[in-house]
Amino acid sequence: MKRSEKIEDSKVFKSTTGALADVREFVNERAVSFGFGDKEVSEITLAVDEACTNVIKHAYKGNPNAEFELRILASGTEFQIVVRDWGASFRPEEVPVPNIKDKFKKHKAGGLGIFLMRKLMDTVEYQGRDASNEVRLVRYLRNEQKS
Amino acid sequence: MNEFKVLTRDSGNAVIMELHGFLDAHTAPDLEKTFSELMAKGKYNIVVNFNSLSYISSAGLGVFMAYIDEVRNNRGDIKLAGMQQKVFNVFDLLGFPFLYEIYKDQDEALKKFNNI
Repeated sequence: MKRSEKIEDSKVFKSTTGALADVREFVNERAVSFGFGDKEVSEITLAVDEACTNVIKHAYKGNPNAEFELRILASGTEFQIVVRDWGASFRPEEVPVPNIKDKFKKHKAGGLGIFLMRKLMDTVEYQGRDASNEVRLVRYLRNEQKS
Repeated sequence: MNEFKVLTRDSGNAVIMELHGFLDAHTAPDLEKTFSELMAKGKYNIVVNFNSLSYISSAGLGVFMAYIDEVRNNRGDIKLAGMQQKVFNVFDLLGFPFLYEIYKDQDEALKKFNNI
């Protein structure tokens, strides 16, 4: 399959956990066509799932009538996904780096999603824009994947 | 649609929990329900077979964290077995191998409960 040199695409999703499978499919197809290998595609897809799960559960607090938007902008070696919502703002600096043993004791999984996103992506940035919030996830295509 | 299914069956003094498909924030409540039914029946020796699980996110991992104390307080354990590499990688990133016993296959995990 020929590699896509440039991708600009966006899609709006309903804010329900039932949309996560569609989110993964949307990201997966584009990451594959940009030239990432299986492992990288899985990692990128998981990071975006985690970002969208946070939007659904925290920004919109489970309101199924809300919507969020995914934008994929990829060119050169940069594969960028922007998740935009119009819900409650999020302050990542207030989410502590999880201590897994501590979490284990307290039976809490919160914060693991952000931790995973940071492990899996090259860049994870949050910013408020007008009345919306954006999380920007970037993963770079390494040289050996370009051919 | 990425579906998820969980099947349970008894094996000796343990229960095998077989996971199929995709475990995310949408399907994690199904797994939670299965754990809570096992707790209600007093079944605390659990082997989770991951052979047919294609995907897991942190919402799925959270379910295993939610029940491990109750299980161990009742002299049981949740032993994990047969993970595909990409599923194992997620557990590994979060440090689970230090907290859970993870086996290559289900039978190896079952032997630990049956003291064979």
